[in-house]
Amino acid sequence: MIVDLDRFVSRERPFWQELEQLLGRIDADPERTLALDEALRLHYLYQRGGAGLAKLNSLPGETALRAYVESLVARAYGQIHETRGGSWGASAWRWFTITFPQAFRRRGREFALSAGLFFLGAAFGAFALRVDPTAKVSLVGFGHLKQTPAERVANEEQSQKAGDEMAGRKTRFSAELMTHNTRVAIFTCAMGMTWGFGTAISLFYNGVVLGAVGYDYVQAGFTRFLLGWLLPHGSVEIPAILFGGQAGFVLAGALLRRRDRRRLGERLRQVTPDVLHLLGGVAILLVWAGIVEAFFSQYHEPVLPYDLKIAVGLLELVCLFLFLSRAGRNAHD
Amino acid sequence: MRTIDTDTLRIRTPEGVTFSLPLAGPVRRCLAMLLDMFCISVIMTSIGYLVRSLNLVGADLAGAIYLLFFFVVATGYGIALEWRWRGQTVGKRVMQLRVMDAEGLRLRPPQIILRNLLRPVDSLPALYLLGGAVMFFNRRRQRLGDLAAGTVVIVETHLEEPDFGRIAPNKFNSLAAYPHLAARLRMRVPADVIAVTFEALLRRDQFEPGARLALYADLASQFRAEAEFPVAATEDLSDEQYLRNVLAVIASQRRQR
Repeated sequence: MIVDLDRFVSRERPFWQELEQLLGRIDADPERTLALDEALRLHYLYQRGGAGLAKLNSLPGETALRAYVESLVARAYGQIHETRGGSWGASAWRWFTITFPQAFRRRGREFALSAGLFFLGAAFGAFALRVDPTAKVSLVGFGHLKQTPAERVANEEQSQKAGDEMAGRKTRFSAELMTHNTRVAIFTCAMGMTWGFGTAISLFYNGVVLGAVGYDYVQAGFTRFLLGWLLPHGSVEIPAILFGGQAGFVLAGALLRRRDRRRLGERLRQVTPDVLHLLGGVAILLVWAGIVEAFFSQYHEPVLPYDLKIAVGLLELVCLFLFLSRAGRNAHD
Repeated sequence: MRTIDTDTLRIRTPEGVTFSLPLAGPVRRCLAMLLDMFCISVIMTSIGYLVRSLNLVGADLAGAIYLLFFFVVATGYGIALEWRWRGQTVGKRVMQLRVMDAEGLRLRPPQIILRNLLRPVDSLPALYLLGGAVMFFNRRRQRLGDLAAGTVVIVETHLEEPDFGRIAPNKFNSLAAYPHLAARLRMRVPADVIAVTFEALLRRDQFEPGARLALYADLASQFRAEAEFPVAATEDLSDEQYLRNVLAVIASQRRQR
């Protein structure tokens, strides 16, 4: 189709420029909602630009002009045809108390898988140490965990009597724990993109370490020390890592659900909000766990009675369970 | 509806309009990422220096602030900038790249967050080898984070119209008397041939004389094959002048305006 290009360009250019300016205003403030007259004008200018582009497509020589109009139409298309819900403006409190626990319950099967693999790993770790006590060095890679439980308990309780050995480094230690554990949770989730294999390995491995350490202390007769040391922060930290695994399995489920006739991109798009809600919850829980671990868990008898620490840990666990099972039940999100 | 050519994402809108987005390759993305890593290290060095030099807080709190900032900056750099700059970081701006929704829709915050949070799996086992391998075999050039978030990285195209006045000053053009042949050329000659010819004429002084003559002869033959002007209009023209006149008549209407 041959058009009078000069006339066409001079007639359409003001509309292209107006569309460019309108898109520029939208880009400058992406969260702004357009007024009705602005939205109608945007739609008109998009349709007019699209019609112009169809004419320019018939002129092979007009590369630059076509690219310009094409870029305008592409940008306007994204604005006009965006139909996904915009729940991201919700308040943080509403998100944490409603959206996050709802996402957790919606993905209950993935959580069960995550917890199952973790505790399977823990059972394996305990079993492996029972069968071969010399495997401790291989199973438990952390420095102070390589001590015998009796040495560790004696050292900890001795140092508590000598004074606060954590003095002057508690805040930094807390920050280290928060960032490290959040990285582990994000990594466990990200490994969901390996069809869930990476997530499964990460969860199993973390379970093995916990199981081996737990068995080591229990069989040595230091169960109270173990519970008092781990429960205050572990009652939040371990579930948070499991939520990271849950998010990873949500991703893996979208990759593997071949019976679902939707395309892969659509399946992944559908699960993205839940993955992010879970990871957001993980980050908040790990901030709490980091504070508790640095400022509470590191104190043992005689400074803090083990029974008190165990009670605090159990209370946290019950609160977390009630929160996840009941929060946001009657709310529509 | 979406179709994919090699390195190009073509989107057909419900209105029947088709537009294409050039996809970014791994090398360009890698350079953008190196620039971003440099930016992150500069930010972190500055924050470390600031925390130490201000000396307002104790060493314990200063260490904690630095660690938390490091985590936030390393994780949030891409998220914050791609959010504010509609799919661009400093590295992507320099390399003229932009993150886009794979369906051509508006890039949304959840997509930006997810593609950035999934970087750890792309970076396995080291130096983004897994992400690079996935990109290599993926026709949309997506790493795993892009696949999960439904995003692509495109090359931003230059939008200026070519100024044909630079290669064909406003003087007598023997081909201007044949507008129907100019229209035929406009219809038949592929856009990339016109673009290459334009560049070849702009860079004439960079070629060896022999190579220049051969190149212009080859390009001129492609135009002649599509529309043969009368001998009277072309007999005294060199291939180079012929090409200048041809591009001028293709854009003549707008030049006359």
